[in-house]
Amino acid sequence: MADETRAAPAPAPAPAADAGPADAAEGRRLPWAPACALDDTAGRVPTVVVDDVHIVYRVHGAGSGRGGATAALSRMLRRGAGDAERGVRTVHAVRGVSFTAHRGEAIGLIGSNGSGKSTLLRAIAGLLPPERGRVYTDGQPSLLGVNAALMGDLTGERNVVLGGLAMGMSREQIKERYQEIVDFSGINDKGDFISLPMRTYSSGMQARLRFSIAAAKDHDVLMIDEALATGDAKFRARSEARVRELREHAGTVFLVSHSNQSIRDTCNRVLWLERGELRLDGPTEEVLRAYEKFSGR
Amino acid sequence: MSETPHDGRAPRVLPSSDAGLAPAELASKYGLSVSGARPPVPAYLRRLWDRRHFVLAFSSAKLAAQYSQARLGQLWQVATPLLNAAVYFMVFGLILGAGRGMPKDVYIPFLVTGVFVFTFTQSSVMSGVRAISGNLGLVRALHFPRAALPLSLCLQQLQQLLYSMIVLFLVVVGFGSYPDLSWALIPAVLALQFCFNSGLAMIVARAGAHTPDLAQLMPFVLRTWMYASGVMFSIPVFLADKPQWIANVLQWNPAALYMDLMRFALIEEYGAENLPDHAWAVAGGWAVFVALGGFLFFWQAEEKYGRG
Repeated sequence: MADETRAAPAPAPAPAADAGPADAAEGRRLPWAPACALDDTAGRVPTVVVDDVHIVYRVHGAGSGRGGATAALSRMLRRGAGDAERGVRTVHAVRGVSFTAHRGEAIGLIGSNGSGKSTLLRAIAGLLPPERGRVYTDGQPSLLGVNAALMGDLTGERNVVLGGLAMGMSREQIKERYQEIVDFSGINDKGDFISLPMRTYSSGMQARLRFSIAAAKDHDVLMIDEALATGDAKFRARSEARVRELREHAGTVFLVSHSNQSIRDTCNRVLWLERGELRLDGPTEEVLRAYEKFSGR
Repeated sequence: MSETPHDGRAPRVLPSSDAGLAPAELASKYGLSVSGARPPVPAYLRRLWDRRHFVLAFSSAKLAAQYSQARLGQLWQVATPLLNAAVYFMVFGLILGAGRGMPKDVYIPFLVTGVFVFTFTQSSVMSGVRAISGNLGLVRALHFPRAALPLSLCLQQLQQLLYSMIVLFLVVVGFGSYPDLSWALIPAVLALQFCFNSGLAMIVARAGAHTPDLAQLMPFVLRTWMYASGVMFSIPVFLADKPQWIANVLQWNPAALYMDLMRFALIEEYGAENLPDHAWAVAGGWAVFVALGGFLFFWQAEEKYGRG
């Protein structure tokens, strides 16, 4: 996941077209028919409106590496100098993306590593403030990612509780779902492992527990970031079934994946990002065909 | 900016009423709100209250994780402060003789109380600086009022202090101060200091989120503060030949105040004559002022913490 947060290492300035005024965004929309599988004549309620969003990461200590501490100091003290000269690299990860998502859609995000997919998801979830542009949402979108709240030194049991609380569940809800979470993860299939510290688990077991905790809650707008690629075949099938279930409860689902098959299975609309720009937005088959041609598969 | 393989196709008609709307208008028509916008203070406080169980669980999880790899495990919660007190006693009590003006059975509890109480503020600030920058993964993955992070780290330090208090009680009783009515003041002192620490932690958390270098600078600031606050010596005794106002200013600094109030509560022979004028009022003022100010200061940058 870590490499997903970085954009292509070419911090070129934003294309001039991106600086267009917000009200022009509608005009630049791609001429495609969204959500062809769904009723698209009436009652299409937008749940997420992304309006010309730009996201820039600032990376400290990534200066050119010339000279030692004194050079770094003099760079830093050069007031009024741009970020680059002060040893701060900026990475323009998302460049002017606009789209509207509607209730009932399942939207896949595809693109090569570092194309800005996960970054865009975080911006939609309101976790990463956009540099320019706005994201409007219906309710609170949630990212299916509880990893960061879990601690390897704690037992699986305590991590279930901690992760649940971090996602905003109440203690009662967690107590209610606890057994379900443990059973779903299959951690206890081979003995009582849930009472051992999480750092003693294999990476596959850790990933299973993480997904099980994250998927225990129902969400309005749900975003899944590569969660389906974890675990063995049996667990993968189980988690795909769970995602379909979550989709039925959620208004809108976003899925980031490098597996075109799981995109085909779950999504009816696909956004293709490349170098932070929205390259194509349309029905799953169309976009995937273009993407496969592009990536030479 | 994008390639479109079906250029010739006319755009399919959207529901006519929505077609010409700009994104902002579309959003307001359907009642969508800006994602990640900072809620007003009352709503923010309500959300924070809703997450109280997370704040508690996170702090005790951090505390438990601290020594989980050590053979002695949680025993270190008590052993660490005990060793700390022993080292300070050796250096300042025996070698430097900083206990001037106090009999030994007052000085040792005086020193141990000072070390523990100051450590509470010190480690709250140190973990506060890294509250956001050290938990950026969490901030970028989940939704919760970010004030939960500095708060729960301060709560972790409070729990740590409560372990230290076990040692402290043993030391104090061992040197002849037995529990009496003045011990009832202990929770009040702890509450005031906790408010002060939380406010301070939120201030440095926002500063540290923007400028991670503060984590490097902070130990020096804190050490200066420690030596100026009379952790291991009595300020009025050491400044007896200086103008009174210098001693007053040093004694009214919050760290010195909370230490003195705790000593006053715990140690029988450490009477009110050692406290500066208006000690309780000033201590309360610091707590309220810093807690409120720190909270508002932290809240103002709420939506920006994910940027790192």
